[in-house]
Amino acid sequence: MNRAAKGSAVTPAILSLLLVLLVVITAYVFASGNFKAPPPITEIGKQVDHQYALTLVVTSIVFILSQLGLAWVIFRYRDRGQKAEYNHGNTKFEAVWTTATIVLFVGLGLMAHHAWAVTHLQAAGSDALQIEVTANQFVFNFRYAGPDGKFGRLDPKQVSASSGNPVGLDSADPNAKDDIVVPTLTIPVNREIELLIRSQDVIHNFYVRELRLQQDAVPGMVIPIHFTATQVGRYDILCTQLCGLGHYKMHSFLDVVSEQDYQAFLKQQASQ
Amino acid sequence: MSSHAHSAVHVPPAPTGFWRKYIFSIDHKVIGIQYYLLALLSVTVGILLSVLMRFHLVWPTAHIPLIPGGMMTPEQYLSLLTMHGTIMVFFVLTTAPQSGFGNYFLPIQIGAPDMAFPVINMMSFWVTFVALCFMLAAFFVPGGAPLSGWTTYTPLSGLGEITGPGEGWGQTMWLVSIVLFCFASLMGALNFIATTIDLRAPGMTLMRMPLTVWAWFVTAVLGLLAFGVLLAGGLLLILDRSAGTSFFLPAGLIVNDAVQNHAGGSPLLWQHLFWFFGHPEVYIAILPGMGVASHVLSTFARKPVFGYRAMAYAMCAIGFLGFMVWGHHMFVSGMNPFSGFAFSVLTMSIGVPSAIKTFNWLGTLWGGKIQFKSPMLFAIGFVSLFVSGGLSGLFLAQPAIDQYLHATYYVVAHFHLVMGVAAIFGIFAATYFWFPKMFGRMMNESLAKWHFWFTFVGTYCIFMPMHFVGIAGGIRRYSEPSAAQYLMNLQGVHYFMSIAAFVTAAAQLFFFVNFFWSLKKGPIASKNPWDATTLEWITDSPPAHDNFGGNYPSVYRGPYEFSVPGAAQDFIPQDVKPDAVQR
Repeated sequence: MNRAAKGSAVTPAILSLLLVLLVVITAYVFASGNFKAPPPITEIGKQVDHQYALTLVVTSIVFILSQLGLAWVIFRYRDRGQKAEYNHGNTKFEAVWTTATIVLFVGLGLMAHHAWAVTHLQAAGSDALQIEVTANQFVFNFRYAGPDGKFGRLDPKQVSASSGNPVGLDSADPNAKDDIVVPTLTIPVNREIELLIRSQDVIHNFYVRELRLQQDAVPGMVIPIHFTATQVGRYDILCTQLCGLGHYKMHSFLDVVSEQDYQAFLKQQASQ
Repeated sequence: MSSHAHSAVHVPPAPTGFWRKYIFSIDHKVIGIQYYLLALLSVTVGILLSVLMRFHLVWPTAHIPLIPGGMMTPEQYLSLLTMHGTIMVFFVLTTAPQSGFGNYFLPIQIGAPDMAFPVINMMSFWVTFVALCFMLAAFFVPGGAPLSGWTTYTPLSGLGEITGPGEGWGQTMWLVSIVLFCFASLMGALNFIATTIDLRAPGMTLMRMPLTVWAWFVTAVLGLLAFGVLLAGGLLLILDRSAGTSFFLPAGLIVNDAVQNHAGGSPLLWQHLFWFFGHPEVYIAILPGMGVASHVLSTFARKPVFGYRAMAYAMCAIGFLGFMVWGHHMFVSGMNPFSGFAFSVLTMSIGVPSAIKTFNWLGTLWGGKIQFKSPMLFAIGFVSLFVSGGLSGLFLAQPAIDQYLHATYYVVAHFHLVMGVAAIFGIFAATYFWFPKMFGRMMNESLAKWHFWFTFVGTYCIFMPMHFVGIAGGIRRYSEPSAAQYLMNLQGVHYFMSIAAFVTAAAQLFFFVNFFWSLKKGPIASKNPWDATTLEWITDSPPAHDNFGGNYPSVYRGPYEFSVPGAAQDFIPQDVKPDAVQR
């Protein structure tokens, strides 16, 4: 290796340019807004988006500064026949940098907890509408308590999708008689909903982008989540936990409807 | 921190027979190369699988030659992703940087003649080899390879073939392979730790160890604590599947309208055991890369590592914190939501030592005299990728945001950049850097640079857009997007990523051609072609059987003494006595 000769400027120039391009293109795509989550339909969803935006600001600053810093430093200090500095570091710099990242990162983490706490640590209100979500390979079923307002007992032995009892309503329990079981989720707008999420076989997931909510359905557990949707519309429900060969088509709809439409839906279901 | 006098070192004579020299060798250098070649074979399979997946994602109905039946089915797609993840994480990212380069260079860099337990070292490799055989054989058993992902969540993985093809024989083969792999890795970790503690040359204090040695040492400690847990978990899952136990299977499971005969287990228990291993595992994959990056950046910037102590402590901190954050993989699992707080704050704090490392890498380059040799390009690429991949982790570490992004392509982009591609860049940097020492010949610099340009641009073209797919709600592990219109709308980005993946995969031919051509035809390497300072560069290329030809070094200085004022040369090897430095 010939260290007397200067290094070529071409390689560091290309590499620096690529790093600058990386920053510019990434920033452009983020700023263009072509790829973003759909508008949230819950108050919590808005808080999640707010925290996301805050995190995006912090990470963008670090991303831009460090990639451009890298680009600059490799071009500026390319081998031009100079002598490298001999130093082993700078304790003051390191202390400042470390403190700054502690405050920034841990502070950001602490701020994020409100949205999480409201969904997962606060219980749903006592007047929340309860709907049971049952997942199995590869469908969702949604159970409403029916006119009597009571969920009937379930009996695993009576589960039979082919004979129209996919969740296993116990024929011996009178409360189960009027339970409504449907493959799509219809809910009234502006009313608190509590979903009781369960699975019959393997782990599935209940994911609605507009709710900013993803929750595993775990066999042996009933996991409650609650939210209040404020926007009428039809939204995709997807399974996001690998559950077998039909995972990719495990899909349903969340229909958020007006109170009248919801009552009409209940009446229609009860008459069947 | 004293070291053994070298008179106590007993080196068995060099073997002469083919089998003991090249196959069942107890020489750490041969074992290191064996591990490296095993990783090379595995990475070839892993890349092939990812190319097939990317092909299927954009042309789902196309005829594919290698696939049984011609057209890829959803379950075959899931098998591919399961095997891609498993092979890459275990047999590439764990074997090459740690067991491969660590085996070869840890003893030499600390001035030792071999590992502390050479026979155990040989056993580690051969058990790993058998594990790989079991893993690859899973493709060819009835039902094919398992489809439950590399995380193997129960009950999908615990009930046998009723939950899907591949969940019978294939899943059993997978589990046996993983259990063997864990056993081998435990033996390896033990060896690395004992070697680092006991076999350092006189004068090689902890604070004079190269950062690569620090990285391998911390990684070995992580391996010792993590692999045992997965080993136990794997055995329990095998029992659930074959002996009728129910560690991970609750009562009332209904598959095909039939109630399963299990009760009392917890699916979340598997996740806790798996991720207690799984999170440290990502540091097992990346820490050696960090060590190599520091080592190479310093060497080619002709400057001491900026903040050496902070770099060593940061690796220890990352290793320590790495054991307390596994729950961030489980925010949406149904785990107690209170623990989400703790895991989140701890995870955010791992960003701190990671940021220290990034800052100090930039500090190492600052004021240097940077030579853009191929190992340096990959080390710089490592820093860039590590920053890009690490920052997206700050989103996922917050449970409120994770409950939107979990299981989207955002996560796939995050971990591929930070522990996949960055770690691979570490492996490439190490390969280009140490090839002359391992094989006595130089690699071709032009091919290496082309390899770098294509791979650097290519990986960003694959994984940067992938973040945007995830932000839009694109779900991972879907064999096709037909379930929802918005998924179909993201197909354009998938085309772009697939094309980028094909080009990047093809560009790896630059590396393979260069590697095998240089083995035979590369220019002969001198002892110290990079003018580097650590002990591997004071011995022959390749080193003698006992590493130093009987002249065991003593160490008089730190590992990165570049551009020392007043010295005649811009590097001072660690074994040069203070009064022997040329002025």
